[in-house]
Amino acid sequence: MINLEFFLEILFPSLLEGFIMTMKLICWSIPIGLVIGIIIAIGRVYGNVLVSFFSKAYIIFFRGTPLLILLFILYYGFPSIGIYLSPFVAAVIGFVLCSSSYHAEYIRGAIQSVRSGQILAAQALGMSKLSAVLNIVLPQALRRAIPGCSNEIIYLIKYSSLAFMVTCIELTGAGKIVASRYFTYTEVFLVIGAIYLMIVSLATKLLNVLEERASFPGWENKK
Amino acid sequence: MKGPEGMKQKKELILQIKDIHKSFGGKEVLRGISFDVYKGETKVIIGPSGMGKSTLLRCINQLTFPDQGTIWLRDQEVTHHNLREINLFRQKIGMVFQDFNLFDHLDAVRNVEIALIKVKGMGKKEARKKAMHELKKVGLGKQASLYPAQLSGGQKQRVSIARALAMDPEVMLFDEPTSALDPELIGEVLGVMQKLAREGMTMVVITHEMGFARSVADEIIFLEKGKLLESGPPEILFYQPKYERTRRFLFKLTELYGDLNGKK
Repeated sequence: MINLEFFLEILFPSLLEGFIMTMKLICWSIPIGLVIGIIIAIGRVYGNVLVSFFSKAYIIFFRGTPLLILLFILYYGFPSIGIYLSPFVAAVIGFVLCSSSYHAEYIRGAIQSVRSGQILAAQALGMSKLSAVLNIVLPQALRRAIPGCSNEIIYLIKYSSLAFMVTCIELTGAGKIVASRYFTYTEVFLVIGAIYLMIVSLATKLLNVLEERASFPGWENKK
Repeated sequence: MKGPEGMKQKKELILQIKDIHKSFGGKEVLRGISFDVYKGETKVIIGPSGMGKSTLLRCINQLTFPDQGTIWLRDQEVTHHNLREINLFRQKIGMVFQDFNLFDHLDAVRNVEIALIKVKGMGKKEARKKAMHELKKVGLGKQASLYPAQLSGGQKQRVSIARALAMDPEVMLFDEPTSALDPELIGEVLGVMQKLAREGMTMVVITHEMGFARSVADEIIFLEKGKLLESGPPEILFYQPKYERTRRFLFKLTELYGDLNGKK
């Protein structure tokens, strides 16, 4: 039963579809999650009472609820209030909410580690606070946040498998279907595990390159 | 003494500090400070540490808001304005910090040009040209592409002076610009400041470099316990101070930082 034919003609074609879906999920979720994470972090550090409170609540709520529960609410719960999301959209929204709340905390830490004199000097030149944050603080803070945010991105790649639970057939889901039909759990999940490992290794490599590119003289000793 | 261009033929009022009060946590660090700064004049502020000198300087460009009193730049009140207008005033009031505060992620020339681009809306080419010009003026034309971490303390401080000068300020504030420097690097920064003074820049300088004060200051202001205890031209303040307290403080300074006539 288990032979080359199974791998080539049954497993790989369906895994390929799943793989494409997984890539689509993470390619949407990573950048949107990062951007929202940055906004929430800025809101938390520099926002007025209301904005800062909202940011804190956002982080507490989305970091504090299991992602699976979040996905169930989005996909199975929302129709009861008239919002119907496709499995893909529900998954992306869930991932974005979860990962942005983690990013926000990494970035907040990085923002707060930028010396206060930096923003003072920018303001003394006539920069508005917002401009100082965007042009002076963020470029430094984001560099410092790369290791933490890389961590979160790698988590996201792996927890994208939860999309399967809201019927979005990505890599894990596609594998599960094949595995239960042919009763080849070990083989299928070994292959899937290897594929995740490959994606994560590639992502790690890319993030390391990014980290190196973003460094500048005097930065090395801060790593 | 100042060169002829630095002389105040027609007294043009640049900065007025009127009755500034500031408290931190119930402790009043500034208790009603007033003085005027005229065009081309260099004022040197001295006084014991923790007596509000830096706070006073920060009140002038509203990095700290005074509790009471007003600041005037020419005929416009700086205090009690909204943030947008304060940003406009700050462009005209250059500031140099004790610990440089260069932007760590930008090389020297970008440090100087960033405010030109982001605040003044200058084109990139024009800003680069202006930034290079300012860097050359402080003797750092060759260091333009070095990052703060690659510069010595004295070079960093000169970049920060160039950065402030690039905005074409009406007045420059120096907050102990040489206190964080190794002794052998102090001279290059003071040299740049002396040159500025000679060229007629209006400056308010907090420093304990008495040689500098002696050669450049038009007036020395002695702050103590949040009040302006005594002020006057260096010749008077150094040799015939009104108060025993001033005399003792100056004596201590010269003991620590060298002879009054040490610098020419």
